[in-house]
Amino acid sequence: MADSAYAVIGGGLVGMAIAWGLANRGKQVTVFDEGDRGFRASRGNFGLVWVQSKGLNMPDYSRWSRLSAQLWPKLSEELGNVSGTDLELSQPGGIHLFLDEDEAEKAVADMEKLRAALGGDYPFEYLGHNAVKRIIPEIGPEVVGALHSPMDGHVNPLYLLRALHTGVRDAGAKVLHGPRVERITHTKDGFRIHREDGVWSADNVVLCAGLGNARLAPMIGLDAPVVPNRGQVIITERVRPFLNVPTAHVRQVGEGAVQIGDSKEAAGFDDSTSKNVIAKIAHRATRYFPLLENVRVVRTWGALRVMSPDGHPIYDKSQTCPGASLVTCHSGVTLAAAHAKVLAGWICGEDAPDYMEVFGAQRFALQKAG
Amino acid sequence: MSERFDVAIIGAGPAGLAAAGVLGQAGCSVTLLDEQAEPGGQIYRGIGSASGPRKSVLGADYAAGASLLPSLAHDSVTHIAGATVWEVTPERDIYYSQAGKASGLKAEHVLVATGATERPMPFPGWTLPGVMTAGAGQILLKTAGMLPPSPCVLAGSGPLLFLIAAQYLAAGFKIDAIVETTPRGNLAKALPHLPGALLNNKYLRKGLAMLASLRKAGIPHYKASTSLVAEGDGQVEALKFTSGGKPHRLACASLLIHNGVVPNVQISRSLNLDHAWDSLQHCWHPVTDASGATSLAGFRVAGDGGGIAGAEAAAHGGRLAALAILEDLGKITGGERQARSSDDSAALKWHGRARPFLDALYAPAREFLEPADSTIVCRCEEVTAGKIREFVDLGCLGPNQAKSFGRAGMGPCQGRYCGLTVSSVIAAKLGKEMDEVGYYRIRPPLKPITLRELASMDLDDDADERPAA
Amino acid sequence: MRNVLHFKRLDEASGDTVELTFEGEPVTARAGETVAAALLAAGHISGRQTPVSGSPRGPYCMMGACFDCLVEIDGEANRQGCMTQVRDGMVVRRMTGARDVDRGSAA
Ligand SMILES: Cc1cc2nc3c(=O)[nH]c(=O)nc-3n(C[C@H](O)[C@H](O)[C@H](O)COP(=O)(O)OP(=O)(O)OC[C@H]3O[C@@H](n4cnc5c(N)ncnc54)[C@H](O)[C@@H]3O)c2cc1C
Ligand SMILES: Cc1cc2nc3c(=O)[nH]c(=O)nc-3n(C[C@H](O)[C@H](O)[C@H](O)COP(=O)(O)OP(=O)(O)OC[C@H]3O[C@@H](n4cnc5c(N)ncnc54)[C@H](O)[C@@H]3O)c2cc1C
Ligand code: FES
Repeated sequence: MADSAYAVIGGGLVGMAIAWGLANRGKQVTVFDEGDRGFRASRGNFGLVWVQSKGLNMPDYSRWSRLSAQLWPKLSEELGNVSGTDLELSQPGGIHLFLDEDEAEKAVADMEKLRAALGGDYPFEYLGHNAVKRIIPEIGPEVVGALHSPMDGHVNPLYLLRALHTGVRDAGAKVLHGPRVERITHTKDGFRIHREDGVWSADNVVLCAGLGNARLAPMIGLDAPVVPNRGQVIITERVRPFLNVPTAHVRQVGEGAVQIGDSKEAAGFDDSTSKNVIAKIAHRATRYFPLLENVRVVRTWGALRVMSPDGHPIYDKSQTCPGASLVTCHSGVTLAAAHAKVLAGWICGEDAPDYMEVFGAQRFALQKAG
Repeated sequence: MSERFDVAIIGAGPAGLAAAGVLGQAGCSVTLLDEQAEPGGQIYRGIGSASGPRKSVLGADYAAGASLLPSLAHDSVTHIAGATVWEVTPERDIYYSQAGKASGLKAEHVLVATGATERPMPFPGWTLPGVMTAGAGQILLKTAGMLPPSPCVLAGSGPLLFLIAAQYLAAGFKIDAIVETTPRGNLAKALPHLPGALLNNKYLRKGLAMLASLRKAGIPHYKASTSLVAEGDGQVEALKFTSGGKPHRLACASLLIHNGVVPNVQISRSLNLDHAWDSLQHCWHPVTDASGATSLAGFRVAGDGGGIAGAEAAAHGGRLAALAILEDLGKITGGERQARSSDDSAALKWHGRARPFLDALYAPAREFLEPADSTIVCRCEEVTAGKIREFVDLGCLGPNQAKSFGRAGMGPCQGRYCGLTVSSVIAAKLGKEMDEVGYYRIRPPLKPITLRELASMDLDDDADERPAA
Repeated sequence: MRNVLHFKRLDEASGDTVELTFEGEPVTARAGETVAAALLAAGHISGRQTPVSGSPRGPYCMMGACFDCLVEIDGEANRQGCMTQVRDGMVVRRMTGARDVDRGSAA
């Protein structure tokens, strides 16, 4: 008998959500994760549970994100119960502030197009300066307007990761931290997971190794053309509550600190910060909220997104190595609920939304050919 | 855009001042940045302004610091006082804030001379107002001529603990007790290093003289004390501990604690320089050669920031680093450097002789490296040792995952007073070496700055280049 | 909360004095010393309550490393008292928990 029915490779938000979903379905799961300093987008992200503007070119991705946002309260409650941690989920609607009329106009046009593609079921509105001010009195004079969507919210992503680690163990799964998985081999009686410190067998493998997927996927007949995309983020000292809705670039976290993001840069595997980008992010934040000027910045950081060529998730099952699947995405906070509640079921053969196959990696071959 | 210098020195203690002297004399353009209002570093705090009586209380070693101040007189040396360095990039751009305004400069060579901080000494009650480090007590004496309220108890281990007691005594102030936590077994472990130390017995003689003066003054000295607990409602009122097999409780209005000093590695860590664990000094230090050269070209470290060796050694180290920089800048030849380095090299070696004995003798007690579960280890975020152990049970193999699980090290001090403890709690629980467990990833800013200051560094007016959503 | 236990000055007579206030109460300090030192000499051992649990804290390291000496100075929240020199007329206040976002600089 194999060491486990499912080997999940990667203990970030994606791997842990899948592992939790599998373990709660009674599957015997082992998670393989790296140690303290692995690249981990799950440790450096912005914490938004965000639907607006997702899937502008792929309406099914928008549906999927929205489904996840709807499943989030249940996930939060369940994880809260097993871990005794309040994940600080709040979904009061989200605001995307604009400092530039043209930029705002273009964003509204994109959102209207998406709404049409979704048959009109896509709630959002554009608010002018004064209307935004009624929701957030603290905005500065340079804010021209904002997109507001009731679908959006935010959560404490670090507590989410911790709660998933607690929950996964609580559900009976094993988590093996240590050296990275070097190799995965497929034999007639299943899979072998090779690490520097041993070899484990599994009936099924789910690749959730973030940026590590690119190297591992071809070993088991999968394709994961993901590359790092750096985001830089600022966090301030704690302040008393002043901002009770999340905005796309500035939000106040549960402890009171103000988190300010973020950039999108191709910087290879360099997760350091750069002064120009951080200064620009800081500058933009003071234009959104001039009263933040005197608040102290405690830390800045860079983290690497796991980016597919079109920015959308890749969910795939191996044709050549049955039992192997791949789960990777850019918005692993937002999608955590869908991953745990729906995708884990899809992996073990349960019914799933009929649009799942649009997320297969073969779309990249088609895009290239076309 | 930013001013350029041959050399930027961060830290105006003995190491930085001595280096500035050598570089200034050679006509290099030097900027010496320090966040204190006055030069002198930790040991010579307030040296330029201390009154005669204050100097005599602090002793000859302190007064000797004044001899370093002429370094600042060279025309090519700019001392920027009150300048907190908050970021140093691998490209040798240095960002600092002075009176709420941020500036940047660029240097060909960077000398990090940021000295030491006191090793964390977590025990129940160490966060109560009125509990301070012995170094803080000394700084109050040096810069403000202040003495702590009585009854005053000193607790902990290390030469500095006795030095401050002796300095207080010279000021006519008798502390009420010394509660020494040096473990009983240390002496036996130190003895093999004694012959080496006898080759430079200056430190030993001074130490013994200090201890004798404290004994003569009749200050109660509790040895091998354990199980420290500071008690008080809103501020410290008493210290409880066990010594000689008996429990004790000493009332106190001030409690000064000390557990040795460790290199301040904030800048070297933020640059991801190579660091090594020193199992004798129980701390990390950046890996350097004899001239302070680090794993990154253009960066040198001198003084206690490179490994604890004391003030005089710091000055020698500063000069050695400066001479190496002069050679790199083409101002002197390799031969000249060697000739001019020999005195400082020899002196540095001599100062190092006494170290292993002192380090082994004053090796910190386990109780403070692996505190009990209920003890706060991260003062800023109030995270206990027990929480860190829970995170290890949840799979954390190092401090960075523990930090993201429970916020230890996320406060404004950036892990300065919990980093060593968190790593050692994890190492002990996993049965691993400190090197395997590692240290916090240090990120800018090294000290909090306002968003306005950060935004003021956005020098490029091109609005189109704003970061993407 | 005023503590009767003051830090004492060694050279009591010397030095120019500077007047500031802490929570509205007058404090006489010596020119050149830090706000944290001046408060300790005036018997104010704690200048803040933490934003995490509300527990009282006072200066711990006096060298700018621990951030337990934070106070509000001239309207600016969370300044390090041990790194700020006293000035005549300075208005110093206790930090109680997290700061307000708009406690701005006087500059
Ligand atoms: C700056 C920034 C802001 C973001 N903001 C948001 C947001 O607001 N909302 C949102 O929904 N998403 C956001 N994201 C994205 C989100 O963080 C990621 O989608 C999510 O964390 C990805 O999780 P993951 O588990 O796939 O990857 P990771 O977190 O990178 O985890 C991968 C894991 O796999 C392990 N691993 C890799 N290789 C191996 C191997 N060979 N063997 C064993 N283990 C391996 C790694 O150690 C790691 O633990 C943001 C990302 C960034 C960088
Ligand atoms: C509180 C304390 C008291 C001590 N007292 C004594 C004593 O009485 N006798 C003794 O022999 N040894 C004492 N020591 C040991 C001391 O480390 C050395 O004796 C000596 O000061 C080391 O010299 P240095 O030049 O390496 O560093 P330091 O003298 O420590 O100088 C470092 C300087 O760097 C500055 N600095 C640090 N970080 C930054 C930054 N980010 N931006 C700008 N400036 C920065 C600091 O303000 C400081 O002035 C003490 C140590 C401490 C921590
Ligand atoms: S007392 Fe530690 S920072 Fe001021």
